[in-house]
Amino acid sequence: MGWLPEPVERLLEVALVGELTVIGRGGRPITHPLIPLYDGTHVYLHSSTLFSKKLEHIKADGRVSLALTDPVAMKGNPDRATIQGTARVIDDDPHSDWERLILQLWQAKEPAINDFLKARVALPLFFERAVIEITPERCLYWKDGRTDRAPEEHVAPSEVAA
Amino acid sequence: MTATATAPMRSGSIPAHAPTATDLERLATYPYVVVSWIDDAGYPTSVATSFEVDASGGTVPIGSPAGVPIPTDREISLTGSHIRPQPGIGYDERRYLQLWGRSDGATFTPSRAWGWDEAEVPFFEYSERSVPQSRRYLAALSVEKGRTIRPRLSPFWLALRTTRLPFLSATAVPVLLGIAVAASHGAFTWWTALLTLIGGSFAHLGINVTNDIFDTLSGADDANTTPTQFSGGSRVAVYDLVSIRGLSWLALGLFAVAGAIGLLLVAITQSLTLLWIGIAGVIVGVAYTAPPLKLVYRGLGEIAVALGFGPIMLLGAYVVQTGELGWEPFVLSLVPGILIALILYVNEIPDRRSDAEAGKRTLPVRLSPEAVRAGYLVAALAAFAIVVAGVVSGLFPWPALLALAAVPIALRVHQGLKVHYDSPYTLMAVMGQNVNLNLVVGGLLFVGYVVAIVISALA
Repeated sequence: MGWLPEPVERLLEVALVGELTVIGRGGRPITHPLIPLYDGTHVYLHSSTLFSKKLEHIKADGRVSLALTDPVAMKGNPDRATIQGTARVIDDDPHSDWERLILQLWQAKEPAINDFLKARVALPLFFERAVIEITPERCLYWKDGRTDRAPEEHVAPSEVAA
Repeated sequence: MTATATAPMRSGSIPAHAPTATDLERLATYPYVVVSWIDDAGYPTSVATSFEVDASGGTVPIGSPAGVPIPTDREISLTGSHIRPQPGIGYDERRYLQLWGRSDGATFTPSRAWGWDEAEVPFFEYSERSVPQSRRYLAALSVEKGRTIRPRLSPFWLALRTTRLPFLSATAVPVLLGIAVAASHGAFTWWTALLTLIGGSFAHLGINVTNDIFDTLSGADDANTTPTQFSGGSRVAVYDLVSIRGLSWLALGLFAVAGAIGLLLVAITQSLTLLWIGIAGVIVGVAYTAPPLKLVYRGLGEIAVALGFGPIMLLGAYVVQTGELGWEPFVLSLVPGILIALILYVNEIPDRRSDAEAGKRTLPVRLSPEAVRAGYLVAALAAFAIVVAGVVSGLFPWPALLALAAVPIALRVHQGLKVHYDSPYTLMAVMGQNVNLNLVVGGLLFVGYVVAIVISALA
């Protein structure tokens, strides 16, 4: 089971976009807008091999953060959060792993993807994808998105972080 | 800070660049920024904050989030991101911009920028520019996993894409017209007609695959970052869905079937004329992109296509049925010949930059946009003029005039070329109309001949 506070889970459940920040070459923060998915324990993101530099960066250093900041992408929810954690890339079979692991979550959040799936022949490399699985370790939460106020800080129970 | 408006566009993914005044103007359009850095524990962290843009100073004063101090001793980044969810459809207006630099606690000074705006680089073009990254990633993944990992498609879709099966309409039109003309002359055998259609189709598919092999080897397909469903080839080799070796075997197989059917028809008809037509067809088709002739690279591609899908296909089908050549099928063959060459001609418009880089001297590479548009109108009207002249001279039956009903389609395509010439993706609808023009004219000519046959039978 997950330990993230309930308001942050609500954000994850509706978020159409979050800002994933990975550690790039030379320790540079590199941010990628991606759709986050949540199964109650892990946060999942996914990436086509077309845009796979982020995957290379995560393989080199798995420490990441995911910011949920845009009320438009949160369906009007003004809260904000940043989740820090360790990510792993699942890409044993980029052709179909993601379908098995996250397609249901993706379809539930973004039903329009079904139309894109029918056009797989038109965009074959877009559908060669890797899954990024984040185990949350620390979370900052700003009620009403007020970053002029100090955030609530939540840390994973030691057995999760371990 | 440079004054350049945008980074130069080229093949490959979109490069990072020194920040420009335009970058700061664009940043100012976002309602807030996400500030990111690597914290003392070694994790990235991010916080949303307010900001302003000081365009004259090239800096960005940023708000100070409470309880999460923005560091001044390391590189940080600002990200502006925009997306408009369209329920049930997906997203649009996707754009984001990331600036890297240093903060003194209150003001951010950028030193590097990267961004993407789908209004400037459409998603499909961005994807095509990123193909080399996908290939690099999968190659590294193969090494990591100790087995070859390649992109895949289901066999059905792979076959459809590799052979470019939907383009077979270009073969069906001249072959069916040749059969119709022969039938109007009292010569028709259904099973040789069917064999002709199948043999011609296999030859066409073999030529499609061969062209892809040579366009990949020449670099033309790699350089093309704006392919559409009508242009830019099958791209199966570019995407590494099929190897060049696999394509070569496929082309040989397709030509073998086409050759076997062709030889069977020669044996049945005892026509050496048919043999020569078949040989000419294979030479023109393969020499279209293959060395040493490489007709398309020498500016002869449109003529080669007009010959192949006009006189060669139509006369071949006619000779199978009648055993002899004739003026009527020859003159009629000029109509699909021109219209199918015009399909190529219009489809070459979005490819013209990559074709020029690869040394392909197609007409859209060599001519100005105005000349290309004028050339289209002249050629399309010439096709209709041939129909009228054929009927007036008594060479074609009068119901062939039905084909004139398609004139408005040609005019719409010409108009579309005026509006969408420089936009590969909006030009797709025009390319589709142009494909339809050949189908509609061919279909109406076919119907015209059937009507003429029926009238003749009733008389």
